[in-house]
Amino acid sequence: MSSELYNDGPVVHTPTFIDGTSVEIPELKILKQDGSLYQGCDMPKIDETLAVKVYKTLAFHRVLDERMVSSQRQGRLSFYMAALGEEAASVGGAAGLKPQDMIMTQYREQGVLMFRGFSLEDFMNQMFSNKKDLGKGRQMPIHYGSNELNCMTVSSPLGTQIPQATGYAYGQKMQGLDAVTLCYFGEGAASEGDFHAGLNMAAVQEAPVIFFCRNNGYAISTPSDEQFKGNGIASRGVGYGIKTLRVDGNDILAVIKVMQVARAYALKENAPVLIEAMSYRLGAHSTSDDPSGYRTREEEDKWQANDPILRMKNWMLAQNWWDEAQEKSLFEQLREEVLAAVKVSEKINKPHIDTLITDVYDTPTSQLQAQLEEVKSHVNKYPEAYPFTAGKF
Amino acid sequence: MAQMNMLHAINNALDIAMAEDDSTLCFGEDVGHFGGVFRATSGLQDKYGKVRCFNTPLVEQGIIGFANGLASQGSRPIAEIQFADYIFPAFDQIVNEAAKFRYRSGNEFDVGKLTIRSPYGGGIAGGLYHSQSPEAYFAHTPGLKVVIPRNPYQAKGLLLASIRDDNPVIFFEPKRLYRASVGEVPEEDYQLPLGKAEVVQIGSDITLLAWGAQMEILQKAADLAANDGISCEVIDLRSILPWDVETIVNSVMKTGRLLVSQEAPLTAGFASEIAATIQQECFLHLESPIGRVCGLDTPYPLALEKEYLADHLKIYEAIKRTINY
Repeated sequence: MSSELYNDGPVVHTPTFIDGTSVEIPELKILKQDGSLYQGCDMPKIDETLAVKVYKTLAFHRVLDERMVSSQRQGRLSFYMAALGEEAASVGGAAGLKPQDMIMTQYREQGVLMFRGFSLEDFMNQMFSNKKDLGKGRQMPIHYGSNELNCMTVSSPLGTQIPQATGYAYGQKMQGLDAVTLCYFGEGAASEGDFHAGLNMAAVQEAPVIFFCRNNGYAISTPSDEQFKGNGIASRGVGYGIKTLRVDGNDILAVIKVMQVARAYALKENAPVLIEAMSYRLGAHSTSDDPSGYRTREEEDKWQANDPILRMKNWMLAQNWWDEAQEKSLFEQLREEVLAAVKVSEKINKPHIDTLITDVYDTPTSQLQAQLEEVKSHVNKYPEAYPFTAGKF
Repeated sequence: MAQMNMLHAINNALDIAMAEDDSTLCFGEDVGHFGGVFRATSGLQDKYGKVRCFNTPLVEQGIIGFANGLASQGSRPIAEIQFADYIFPAFDQIVNEAAKFRYRSGNEFDVGKLTIRSPYGGGIAGGLYHSQSPEAYFAHTPGLKVVIPRNPYQAKGLLLASIRDDNPVIFFEPKRLYRASVGEVPEEDYQLPLGKAEVVQIGSDITLLAWGAQMEILQKAADLAANDGISCEVIDLRSILPWDVETIVNSVMKTGRLLVSQEAPLTAGFASEIAATIQQECFLHLESPIGRVCGLDTPYPLALEKEYLADHLKIYEAIKRTINY
């Protein structure tokens, strides 16, 4: 029992509401849109090499999203989710960590994998569900994951990764590793029960986990003012007893900075950190969505002017770490590479029919083996109805 | 009569239900202004206001817990879970609360006015988290009703009956057919009975039984079998819980053979329950073992969806095996 709760608070003799309005939540900003820095800002540790890597990753992210959305429109791809306008949240997150740190994403944080070296081919093979996909063609496009890169495979159900991140981080602590877990989710997913479970347990079990909320204003069509009434997601950290930071999610330097600070704190104190990154989902929720049904063009335009990639470019130009010629050739090269990769991956065969039953358990049960044999003899009987597997086993 | 697809028919049923009773509410993720990600609640917020048709925060356990509270208070909630794959955070509120509300209180309280709508099923390249058919989990829960329509006409009549039924009902909507299934639907109010199967094609050699989107596949297989001179009796179960034993028994007594097909995995699916009951009731009339044509005992795949599905060719082969047993 905590005796503080009973002894330390002020005492009143008439009912007195509290509503949290006395708690002000500062938002960290380092980089202005024109590429200049706020006076007196506390810079992250970043040198030219890291800055160029971060910028190239952002550029790759932008190009991949653009090309894949148009591939979906052309009917070459079943589905896609872009992160337009939010790229700094994922790329900056990975850039502020070490490679041994686990990252659990929601589904709009492709930038994490890009930064860690998930190749263009890896992305393509997942999206086209072909036999080279690490996930064996089992999940919809953008559900990436890589054990080697310490990026947990994406799961569609929302918020389930939050308590898992707490458990993963607790395991890292128990083994004395120089590693933390970073957990991404959106402000919509923060309404799920798993959010409460995960944050409360992280505080109580003292897990070195960084919760990173991308507050992008919308959960599909639902605006954040229909999602919660408190002061964003950051205000909740206070209630759980978790150290909390709010950051401009379109400011790559500020994101890297909070991540570096959070990592150091989580490791040193064996305690969680909550970060709320303020941003905006400039694109549709997914290629199945059309935002014109629920928000205005004016609102989108306002955020378009906060483009995080352009902001970083302006800074890179000012640093003399980048120039317009490099810019032009990078984007041209990326567009060509992505287009070429689409053409290769979409032609690669689907996974072998045996993968229907693998990984359900560590080894397929005898019942599953019998079911597979039945499917195979059926496919042999009607090869034209099953073109992906007929004649390929 | 009007031509409607399944979404129009559902929207029309919701409109009728909201018009007739001011205590009827429609809510869920993106259900309000946007009208739901599939647009099933389109226009309802404009017509009935934000207090009766609204977006909820993104929390399924909250949506159903909130709906239970409303129903116990006497309102008539129609809660939407955006995909059946995402119903599981609400499992406790459905299985331990909604289903047992009346029983545990000795009928002091009940949530009979609750209806939960949720799109289910595969065939849309949705992979393991946008394709599941979870009806069997709920069929294992006394106190719930589980209803699945096969076309727009059925959807409207069964949904209106579900909304007005004095028991909590889970209404699973076959999303593959939302726009694909189009048919004549009366614009006026009507209901179809819960707990009653429907014989959709009379036949004499074998009874084929399914529900929801699988009915279309079953019919295709029955047509193939007809070319071989096999006469199939085709039945839509419509209500999974409680289910219409009598109609199935009467049919199997006549045909002597039964094949049940479901999208969900084979093991412990609802087809298994049907097979057990029918062999008990019809043992001496059966000419062959009761067959099940189902999904494999794996999560729902993506790239190999065709191979996984209980498609018309697999059902056709099973019909021939059953006939030639």
